[in-house]
Amino acid sequence: MSDTHAETVAFVRDTMLPPVPPPQRQAGAVRWLRENLFSGPVNTALTVLGLAAIWYLMAQSWDWLAHSVWTAGSLAECRQTVAETWGDGARGACWAVIRERWNQYIFGFYPPALYWRPVLAFGLLFVALAPVLFSEAGVIRRWVLGVATVGTLAALAATSAPMPWLVAAAVVMAGALLLSERGSGRLLIFSVLYPVLGVWLLWGGSLWGPLMVPLGIALGWLAWLVVSRVSPMLAVLAGIIATLAFWMLLSGRVASDAEGLLSLALRPVRSNLFGGFLLSITIGIAGIVMSLPLGIVLALARRSDMFLIKTLAVMFIEFIRGVPLITLLFVASLLLNYFLPPGTTFDIILRVIIMVTLFAAAYMAEVIRGGLAALPKGQYEAADALGLDYWKAQRLIILPQALKISIPGIVSTFIGMFKDTTLVTFVGLYDPLKSMSDAVRANVAWKGIYWEPYIFVGAIFFIICFGMSRYSMYLERRLARDHR
Amino acid sequence: MTELSAPEKVPFRLSMLVYDRRYRSMTFQVVVFILFMAIGWWLVDNTLRNLAIMGKDFNFSFLWQRAGYDIPQTPIPYTADDTHFRAAMVGLLNTLIVSILGCIAATVLGVIIGVARLSKNWLIARLMTIYVEIFRNIPLLLWILIILAVFTELLPPPNAFRGENPTASMILFDSVALTNRYTAVPTLTMSNDPGSLPLGARITIDWAVIAFAVALIGGWLVRRAINGWAQRAQDRSGRRPTTWWINLAVMVLPSLALIRYFGIDLIEPELRGFNFTGGMNLQNALVVLWLALTLYTAAFIAEIVRAGIMAVSKGQTEAAYALGLQPNRTMRLVVLPQALRVIVPPLISQYLNLTKNSSLAIAVGYMDLRGTLGGTTLNQTGRELESIVLMMLIYLALSLIISGVMNIYNARVRLKER
Repeated sequence: MSDTHAETVAFVRDTMLPPVPPPQRQAGAVRWLRENLFSGPVNTALTVLGLAAIWYLMAQSWDWLAHSVWTAGSLAECRQTVAETWGDGARGACWAVIRERWNQYIFGFYPPALYWRPVLAFGLLFVALAPVLFSEAGVIRRWVLGVATVGTLAALAATSAPMPWLVAAAVVMAGALLLSERGSGRLLIFSVLYPVLGVWLLWGGSLWGPLMVPLGIALGWLAWLVVSRVSPMLAVLAGIIATLAFWMLLSGRVASDAEGLLSLALRPVRSNLFGGFLLSITIGIAGIVMSLPLGIVLALARRSDMFLIKTLAVMFIEFIRGVPLITLLFVASLLLNYFLPPGTTFDIILRVIIMVTLFAAAYMAEVIRGGLAALPKGQYEAADALGLDYWKAQRLIILPQALKISIPGIVSTFIGMFKDTTLVTFVGLYDPLKSMSDAVRANVAWKGIYWEPYIFVGAIFFIICFGMSRYSMYLERRLARDHR
Repeated sequence: MTELSAPEKVPFRLSMLVYDRRYRSMTFQVVVFILFMAIGWWLVDNTLRNLAIMGKDFNFSFLWQRAGYDIPQTPIPYTADDTHFRAAMVGLLNTLIVSILGCIAATVLGVIIGVARLSKNWLIARLMTIYVEIFRNIPLLLWILIILAVFTELLPPPNAFRGENPTASMILFDSVALTNRYTAVPTLTMSNDPGSLPLGARITIDWAVIAFAVALIGGWLVRRAINGWAQRAQDRSGRRPTTWWINLAVMVLPSLALIRYFGIDLIEPELRGFNFTGGMNLQNALVVLWLALTLYTAAFIAEIVRAGIMAVSKGQTEAAYALGLQPNRTMRLVVLPQALRVIVPPLISQYLNLTKNSSLAIAVGYMDLRGTLGGTTLNQTGRELESIVLMMLIYLALSLIISGVMNIYNARVRLKER
């Protein structure tokens, strides 16, 4: 079009105009403000409303936060300090309670001389988790392990851990750091053994007791290996029987004999001394680790072709999802005595962990079932066409994709479960939120202190849960295989 | 392990139960069934032996004994002389009350927050994101405890509202008084009370309530008929008769007439002596639990609403505009039906969660089902097994009913795939 008029144009500019900055109203902060905050009357009103809300919240809490007191022996002393510094009638936060009761919030009533044990267990947890969580990201793994090593060693020193343990921790963690540079695979052995070590460090007693669990599994595997030469189907049965028989009949004797030969005992700590975040994190981690595999099994069972398996899975899942967690915790604390052989009792924390695991597993199963259903049918057919049997198809083709799809749901189930660990307060355990704050207030020095403990505990929960949700976003990005 | 089928004529051998795919699943199911029955038998046997040792039995006759405890909030008439069963029913109704109130308020708040989070206004969107993240990542129990502390520690006692220069003032146009003992809200009176219809078991229902229900349902039916007529008229002539004012009149006028007939009036709470009278004094346990459940669940609902709106692709809106639909009809006819299909299933599951979370009433001492049947009744009668089993069954029934409704809805709105 322009060609036709080219000759009729009277004036053609032969030099470029120098670029001019955009008008003031269309550039920089002004433009951003106009576009994002004041683009119209409604938007302007909303902005003003938002600012008013922020101003109101700040006006309510600013003084209180600004007048914080960090060292005091009691609430009265806090108030006195505030009144002296800021004049009568001033309000101020009394964070001194957190400072004074820090150990109680973190460890509960765990014997103070043994604080180093939960600290070490928590530090080693990072060594166990790093190869699982950051299997492909060497840099992040190095950072996590490095920070965990330094932090753990400092905390161990601060909680006056015995020298041999300090050295052992330093060696293990530094070794893990070095090994992790060579790839995450070798560290996985530590991840598998960590539960035994963690249980031993937290509850004490003989290391041989918890060791019997992997030993039984190893025996079962051995039996499977031997019998599978004769008959693969019988081998599975033999493996299961060997494991169960070892656990039920032999493990107690073996553990005590081994203890007699080589004593690996720490001072035992009873469950009712656990409390605070130690309790929450113990229940949370145990529940998370166990509910994922159980949830996968339940999801597969619910999608199974076998009528009976499917029915049982549906009944279990719908029952668990239909009742509140509190009632299940009451079952754990009040009713298990009815269902077990007369005279058996077992640890209340273990009972709670089992219930929380079952609860989370039912939700997990539904999330994973959603992932399985979202997978295109072609994937199942492709697996069949390759001649893979059921388990191989699930392991190699279906589950990796289904789990990837369901990551957000899985992690939000984890977050929900971790938040629900606070409910153990209603079966008499010392969770950091209610029981511990009540215990703090029961002391006459801190009677009437409400906001500071709640804010502190809430902040820690927020950090952990928010961290988990960010991790799930990271993982989604990392595993994304489509090129958009 | 996966040797494929042998030729047809192989006679049946026992090993085929394991190695032949046709029989293997059957074998497996039989094994699982036997295991399941064995475990079930083991549990029942243990329970019976334990009960025998404790000298107890398993029966529910305690439900018909005198309860002997008071419940602060009783939707149906209840005294300490009533049975444990009636106490449990009061508890169940209290659970339903707080759940329904919570679901309504959480939906309203959640929709507002979810839409506001998508707002073009940077500040509002950020504030709502902060709200959602804070409420989703902190346990509900903490919110209950914090709101409880606000009510018990910060709010004034009722007598602070007294005198010429009261230190506290009522909110919402002087109609609601928040005190540290109860929340005084307005209530309704009738000057021309037609009495009530007894339903048996001392449960009654006001004739006025029935009249309003009839008026609303009747109005809704008439409105449907009118819309049908309008649709037919439109199909015939191409012009839709204006019906909005008839619809409005049909829906509103009968209720207005009834209000006038029964002489219904609003009474606001008024301070007499040391306490508020006139209105209704809601227990703070209810208000605290309701607020906490609302604020917490609203954060989850906001995310669901946001996801639902974002799930409708922009092309749908543009297509509707291209067809010449007005923005408001675009919303009603194109966007909402598609967004609701995404929103409703998770929304119902949030309602289920809210109902189950209402059992945290234990933290504020609200007498819900857990507080009556699973609390005081359990402690008084020592019937842990029966109480907890019954309580779980009731919760389970509630959940199954709600998810049954959800499944019906899902089946109705599902994409018709051909």
